[in-house]
Amino acid sequence: MAETLVNNAAITDSLEAENAKALKRLRKRQKKRGSIEKAKVKKSKGKHINGSLGGDIAIFILLALLGIFMLFPLYYSIIQSFKPISELFVFPPKLYVLSPTGENFSNLFKVAGNLWVPFSRYVFNSVFITIVITLMHVFVVCCCAYCLSKCRFPGYNFLNQLIVTSMLFTSTATWIMQFVVMAKMHMINTYWALILPSVATSMGLYLMRQNMSTINDAIIDAAKVDGAGAFRTCWQVVIPNQKPAIATLIIFVFQGAWNVQGGALVYKEDLKTLPTIMSQIAASGIARQGIIYASAVVLMIPPLVIFLIAQSNVMETMANSGMKD
Amino acid sequence: MAKEKTAERKKPIEPGSWRHTLHEMKMNQACYWMMLPFFALFTFFTVIPVVMSLPLGLTSFNLVQFPRYIGLQNFYSLFVNDDVFLIAVKNTLIFAIFTGPFSYVLSFILAWLINEMNPFLKVFFTFVFYAPSMTPSAFVIWQLVFSGDSYGYLNSVLLDLGIINTAKQWLTDVTYMMTVVIIVQLWTSMGAGFLALRAGFQGIDTSLYEAGAIEGIQNRFQELFTITIPAMGPSLLFAAVLAISGAFTVGSVGAALCGMPSTAYAVHTIMNHAQDYGSIRYEMGYASAICFVLFAVMLICNKIIRGVLSKYTDN
Repeated sequence: MAETLVNNAAITDSLEAENAKALKRLRKRQKKRGSIEKAKVKKSKGKHINGSLGGDIAIFILLALLGIFMLFPLYYSIIQSFKPISELFVFPPKLYVLSPTGENFSNLFKVAGNLWVPFSRYVFNSVFITIVITLMHVFVVCCCAYCLSKCRFPGYNFLNQLIVTSMLFTSTATWIMQFVVMAKMHMINTYWALILPSVATSMGLYLMRQNMSTINDAIIDAAKVDGAGAFRTCWQVVIPNQKPAIATLIIFVFQGAWNVQGGALVYKEDLKTLPTIMSQIAASGIARQGIIYASAVVLMIPPLVIFLIAQSNVMETMANSGMKD
Repeated sequence: MAKEKTAERKKPIEPGSWRHTLHEMKMNQACYWMMLPFFALFTFFTVIPVVMSLPLGLTSFNLVQFPRYIGLQNFYSLFVNDDVFLIAVKNTLIFAIFTGPFSYVLSFILAWLINEMNPFLKVFFTFVFYAPSMTPSAFVIWQLVFSGDSYGYLNSVLLDLGIINTAKQWLTDVTYMMTVVIIVQLWTSMGAGFLALRAGFQGIDTSLYEAGAIEGIQNRFQELFTITIPAMGPSLLFAAVLAISGAFTVGSVGAALCGMPSTAYAVHTIMNHAQDYGSIRYEMGYASAICFVLFAVMLICNKIIRGVLSKYTDN
């Protein structure tokens, strides 16, 4: 007993000596970089500690200039949708509207109101399959990605390789076989034909897998020691630490799901989705040029909204919160 | 108690043996259940169709009659008889070399620069640079910019400035086509990889930066190479895979801007070639053989990149 106490005292002494040395070194370094106060002020702004104001401004200007090129098509399609028919056919197209009008949009909804199947049905189809695909995909992919990144089970390497390989495979002939498989499973002309292929894509899985692999193993071990099974560890410990990745996943899935077109898999009129019907409306000729632009803008709105919601909810990183090594 | 221990010692479980594998599988039972939903769907909708369509490369298949086995003849004519395919391979490699690494590095730099900003600007600029990916067929606008008559935006600006004195045929003149399509391709190819890298940056533990500052890191670049890149290896690998598959499957941009087939096949790629045979001529067997070659090229490329990035990643 006494021995251990002495030992402990010796250890604390040496630790203190080491700490003092480290502190000295630290002060020296901070003096070199400027005063300690300066470092503190910078930190309190919630910014990176390293970086200068001049650099920030230069970066901002550079990004703003590049950004104009990036926003150009978005701006252009919105502008086009507000042009009256007389301005739409001016060549070369003007980059501004002289007399903005909402008639393209009102025409779009007039045409949509005269369809054989009520327009609300297509809206419902699209909203329904988008929500189902997004929820299913996020759930299924998160479960799977946790195992592929954090569990060492027999078959681990094979499955990981399979996922990466599948991302590289592109074939113009795959759709034939996909149709054959789905026909055999009696899925043609059902909602499942629209939903399941989108749930089974591997890009989101690989994204989540890669992000989860950066999580500290110590958290997972701690959860295991506390008696959490794989499923609980995944959803209560790992997922809350993965907000940025989940937000990105949701953006990808939602965008993909919203643009799903049935193609050959669904030909029943009341199962078709909004993009399908919009392109059908738009395909009916040059007189509907304005409607084409209007429908493109209308279809763009939901993914944009989801993007902004998802991104603005991921302000600061949560990774490895609650970890102190 | 003691008896149990001796019983255990009698039958040691050696790693690598069947019993060991079985034991491991039992230990990880929960994992298999958790992976089951995804892999069940994945098998039905991706693995089976892909495996079933691989043998199509060895057949002559016109979508109407049943596929007829013709051995390696497709591959033979691909490399020996098909002049256009060799042009397509050359073009695809040029595109891949220029757009792949450039869009990868560019999206990394952009994601990094954005990461240095305050929260509002972060969201704003992420939106700005992802916007083309959310605008359907956004690259069509480049048709107006590069239009061949004097009303095309680029031509009219250059004419006004007196840099050129006749309208250039940006999209049909062989000397410019490649450059124009590479620029537009770069511009469109950033989306998904950029967003994934943004997530990777946001996933980095901020206390690492504080520790770095205390340890005496002087500027942004030192911070980038000593902390940021090692911390986001997995995201870099993900973006690399996206960049590879994006770079080798280019084709839609060239086809939309320059038409298909383009003048003298100047921007014709392997992907265009496959679409040509797959959805215009309905020679599915031949199209499958083309896709198979493309797949093989991408696999090799992926192996190389993995080797380069392997020190930052676990798998």
